[in-house]
Amino acid sequence: MSGDVDPKPGFIRTYVFSTDHKMIAKQYLFLGIFYLLIAGLFAVQIRMQLAHPDAEAPLIGKALWPQTDGKMPPEFYNMLFTMHGSLMVFFAITPIVIGAFGNFVIPLQIGAKDMAFPILNMLSFWVMFIGGIVMAASFFVPHGAATAGWTAYASLSSSSEVTSPILGHGQTFWLLGIAFAGTSSLMGGINYIVTVLNFRCRGMKLLRMPLTTWGLFFTAILNVLWVPVVAAALFMVLVDRLFGTSFFMAGPLASVEGGQPLLYQHLFWGFGHPEVYILILPVWGLVGDLLSVFSRKPAFGYKATVYSMATIVILSQIVWGHHLFTSGMNPLLGHVFVFLTITISVPTSIFFLNWLATLWRGAIRLTEPMLYALGIVFVFCIGGLTGLFNALQALDIYVHDTYFVVGHFHYTLAASVLFGVFAGIHYWFPKMFGRNMNARMAKVHFCLTFIFLNCVFFSMMYVGAGGHMRRISDPTTYTFLKDFQVWNRFMGYSTLALAAAQLLFAWNFFHSLFFGKKAQQNPWQANTLEWSAPTPPPHGNFLSPPKVARGPYEFNSPLSGDRDWLMQDDPAATASDS
Amino acid sequence: MEATSSIDPELEFTSTGVNSSKLGMWIFLASEVMFFTGLIGSYIVLRLGSDTWPDPSQHLATSVLAINTFVLICSSLSMVLGLQAISQGDQKKLTKYLLITILLGTTFLVIKVADYVHMIHNNFTITSSLFGSCYYFLTGFHGLHVAGGIVTLVVVLIMAKKGRFSKSHYDMVECTGLYWHFVDLVWIILFAILCLV
Repeated sequence: MSGDVDPKPGFIRTYVFSTDHKMIAKQYLFLGIFYLLIAGLFAVQIRMQLAHPDAEAPLIGKALWPQTDGKMPPEFYNMLFTMHGSLMVFFAITPIVIGAFGNFVIPLQIGAKDMAFPILNMLSFWVMFIGGIVMAASFFVPHGAATAGWTAYASLSSSSEVTSPILGHGQTFWLLGIAFAGTSSLMGGINYIVTVLNFRCRGMKLLRMPLTTWGLFFTAILNVLWVPVVAAALFMVLVDRLFGTSFFMAGPLASVEGGQPLLYQHLFWGFGHPEVYILILPVWGLVGDLLSVFSRKPAFGYKATVYSMATIVILSQIVWGHHLFTSGMNPLLGHVFVFLTITISVPTSIFFLNWLATLWRGAIRLTEPMLYALGIVFVFCIGGLTGLFNALQALDIYVHDTYFVVGHFHYTLAASVLFGVFAGIHYWFPKMFGRNMNARMAKVHFCLTFIFLNCVFFSMMYVGAGGHMRRISDPTTYTFLKDFQVWNRFMGYSTLALAAAQLLFAWNFFHSLFFGKKAQQNPWQANTLEWSAPTPPPHGNFLSPPKVARGPYEFNSPLSGDRDWLMQDDPAATASDS
Repeated sequence: MEATSSIDPELEFTSTGVNSSKLGMWIFLASEVMFFTGLIGSYIVLRLGSDTWPDPSQHLATSVLAINTFVLICSSLSMVLGLQAISQGDQKKLTKYLLITILLGTTFLVIKVADYVHMIHNNFTITSSLFGSCYYFLTGFHGLHVAGGIVTLVVVLIMAKKGRFSKSHYDMVECTGLYWHFVDLVWIILFAILCLV
């Protein structure tokens, strides 16, 4: 039962099989950072291969492929980009943004003692953990890991292992790993929804919740609805592989007639497009929170932001077809998807303008979380605007499967969400671990990351617009791509620099864990409830059940006296109805 | 699923008023609906896109499956009677009806497996045609859901025997019931679109 916790649990119950949402959040955080490191190193390998396709692969080349003088075989390159995408999406971003931030922030921001189902919460972490092991193990089975890309398009992914053993078991491991991750997301999603709906403290009306919690709540809804759909598709792929059916197989490889490879794409993107919003919605919410706190102004158009996020949640579920413009889908149907996709830019623009209006004439404090938040505003702007190119059928036919698309989704997903990860970690680190991170080091880290990240992703869009295809291990084999080699080298070195800059973050994070300055209860002078809990919050979070009197962004209110902030549960001032 | 059985009166103003376990179960069922929508939707697309689709009655023993449908509907009925019994505080009746539900569910699975064996003998397998693939895949996943339901029901039965439920505390019986009816409903849809149409 929520809140009824053993006051002195043993080591294992405290650190391993904990049911405390804050400990589970930390477990998710470390899991996510571990896979962020692994998948990040894959990205470095990928870019180095493209920078120097004829040279030996750095560090691992000599040991793995002595027969080719350390040159990376194309199959291994396929494994790298497949696992880079899959691990980043399902085992780095999902655990950090949804698992860690969601678990840590939701109960604290709504004034609850814990999640609605603490044991389910613990299970969701351990299921994710098993999934991660299965994914990592896939590199060590015969013929190596999955090679079909993170989208695992049939029939690349669904060719039968039984009739062609050369395919190996990597893809099967991949399917199982994603199934575990999906189960974990599902458990988490149910938990988040019930917690938000039933466990808010007194006075915490829905429209008094901070935007971060709103973002996480919407994410949970999308997770619960769409993860099962991709599960259905992936189980069909699994059966195709293991039992030799042909749900997604056509042509000479099919065992029976009538299978439809295109059906897989519909099912996958039916989930895949909401998945983009699953990952970005919490970050949007976080940006809304941070811009308000560090501009010392109420979030502009709070309700409009919430409603536009809700509209995006609905629209995001009916636009998947814009991924299929070149897949042989009926072009007439394509027009419908063009229209629906372009419609999304309306609510997106609304909350984007709300962000800018929040900043307008604010007393801006350029703290480290604020820098990352401003970084998100910038990279998301580029990501969003380039999305319009992909959304239009006529333009998409030109840029589809080029690095333009890769650059676009790295701006929206990788850049925005990565900055979201850093913003969230720097913002909540004092509350989570009771210590402060080094601010100057964080600011240097932000500047370096911002510069090199743009060097890599903007160049991607540039070469992509020039026709550079994605998912090729050696661009020099194409005459028309030879001129882009200088850009590929530039991206390679920028990626190295980007990776090196992360060492600053790693040092800052782990050093501050043990040696950081002790944190105050409310270091950022924010209003939301997590900052009225002790630092770090004990089991049960609040010393007494909080009572909320107002919305989350009452900055510079006439009621707050000589301070410029007014806690949501501050009883001193008279309640103002929001 | 562990959760608060009754809502803290302090929180009353800011909650849905629906018991958390039940709310969680409804959300879970929403996700299950999406899962089976994925499966059944794929089946419809594959079937409509296929030039040749065999007459289901050629391969399936429709009468046996109809009897099986009846068995599962009866199990839903006994589940409701069990719930009604415990809502009036009758623990003995609850135990009895839970046992009947489990027996009917198991009967369904036994008939199912016997039917599979019989059809495989008649060379109707998962790889013999697209219809075969769809049939075994959809009914197989449904069967797994039934099996999961039976395991949960056994747990509930053990708890009922220990006297863990009372007139005011029977959330778990109710949640398990919701799931059981859902699985029942899915079968009725599957039976209709796989075997009859």
